[in-house]
Amino acid sequence: MLGSAPGAVPDATRARPERFPRPALLGFRHVTNSAAAEMAKKYGLSRMGARPPLGRYLAEAWRRRYFAITLSRYTVEAGDSDSRLGSLWVIVRPFLSAVIYGLLFGVILGPDRPHNFVPHLLVGVTTFEFFAKCFDQGAKSITGNQSLVTSLAFPRILLPISAVLRNIFELWPMWVVLVLALLAFQQWPSWNWLLVIPMLGLMTLLNTGLALISARLTVHFRDLSQIIPFINRLLFYGSGIFFTLQSVTKNQTLIHLFQINPVYDFVEAMHSFLLPGYEPLTQWEWTALIGWSVLLPVIGLLFFWSAEERYGRVE
Amino acid sequence: MSSSERRPVVIVDDVHVRYKVYATGRRVGRRVGRFERGIKEVHALRGVSFTVYEGENIGVIGHNGSGKSTLLRTVAGFTPASEGAVYATSQPSLLGVGSALLPRLDGHKNINLGALALGMTPAEAEASYDYIAEFSGLKEHLSYPMRTYSSGMSARLKFSIAMAKAHQILLVDEALAVGDKAFRDRSEKRIRELREEAGTTFLVSHSMQSILDTCDRAIWIDHGELRLDGDPQTVVDAYEASTADL
Repeated sequence: MLGSAPGAVPDATRARPERFPRPALLGFRHVTNSAAAEMAKKYGLSRMGARPPLGRYLAEAWRRRYFAITLSRYTVEAGDSDSRLGSLWVIVRPFLSAVIYGLLFGVILGPDRPHNFVPHLLVGVTTFEFFAKCFDQGAKSITGNQSLVTSLAFPRILLPISAVLRNIFELWPMWVVLVLALLAFQQWPSWNWLLVIPMLGLMTLLNTGLALISARLTVHFRDLSQIIPFINRLLFYGSGIFFTLQSVTKNQTLIHLFQINPVYDFVEAMHSFLLPGYEPLTQWEWTALIGWSVLLPVIGLLFFWSAEERYGRVE
Repeated sequence: MSSSERRPVVIVDDVHVRYKVYATGRRVGRRVGRFERGIKEVHALRGVSFTVYEGENIGVIGHNGSGKSTLLRTVAGFTPASEGAVYATSQPSLLGVGSALLPRLDGHKNINLGALALGMTPAEAEASYDYIAEFSGLKEHLSYPMRTYSSGMSARLKFSIAMAKAHQILLVDEALAVGDKAFRDRSEKRIRELREEAGTTFLVSHSMQSILDTCDRAIWIDHGELRLDGDPQTVVDAYEASTADL
């Protein structure tokens, strides 16, 4: 309004705004003082740290995708730079744990263990490793990068996404080694082996959703990052990595409950594509697998985005 | 347009910042059942309001822990205000002396990453690499991981990265206090250039001399409240008078 006296821009103070409302489950509403807000509007100022609408948020994240890609590439490079074997550990670690579980459960389970035990175990551990690491590193992606968050402005979603990207970069060497190991155990390739690739694509969706959810939850409850290894442990034992469900129970309700766990379904799918003698997934299992993989990223995105203003808080 | 119609660039409107900290050195977890007691609320900013107009260079002074850095982080939108709001014409850039970007990575990679994080395209980041390396004066150290850098060195590198981009609103948090004489001169020169390019600057400093040299308005933050706002000489005098009492 040009009618107002020159220089008489109202000082944006006085009238106290309402108390900042408690955070809603999904979002944070912002209550503003009308005098200051009006003046800001008049001169084209926008509120700092405000969460942009979802569309603009995603567009901005896409524009800055190279930051996420570079961050994840560098994190892979730096990841094991302190140790002698360096990035070889990416491959060695899962196989070392496979050896330990193989020895342990091979002995404990005795004749109850699945036939073809070592390939069964290797496929399961490799599949699970991708999931567990995305979950764990996704949860730490905001709290562990506090100095990036408090000194640079970028859509925070790039951090959990870069945690998932990092694991995609580490994925292929692990799978190459798995294929070599399967060949060594005389598991001969079939066209079905190629189905692993779309399965890993679906799993990436699932993992991204989970990384987004856990990244935000860890901001609210820091202790979550201490609990996640235990959740992972639980899922590991519940995902048919060293047993087949049918050998454990005949109770159909219990079996169906197990099959709601998408990690179990992914492990089973990999088993059925890579190894002979496995039943294909049931319709129930496919529904759970695809359902989670589509639902979680959508929920994760909304859940993460709605707290965008929170992430810079230093606590 | 008459010169008296001044355009606001930043409006800080009754900003409060509260956050929770785990107080005392005691481990919170030990007091099972009563652990909430270990958490204390810090009221870092208590209703700060002011309006900054185009071309102004604001000096922010106050004792340690008075809320100066919190104020800058809130203006930049990184630390959310618990009450009130900050409005600005464009995203302010904050130059702080915080920790390294990614301490395990070497300087080259941190430069590249920092430039991308500022919103540059890979090509732009590539193009500004030489400028950043040159400006930081750390060329022979850039192949070492940043965790081996001294705090002065890593602040210099961060400062140089941020300097590679033009900013309309620049927030400088004691960056001038770091680095050696040559680097300080270079930074002051660059800040003056940036100011001529359009900008508005905020400078947080404990050096009254650099406030008087570079600012045309000063704000004194005391225990999270705005104590005085005005001409730098007046504000600095009042501040120094109050500290002399101690």
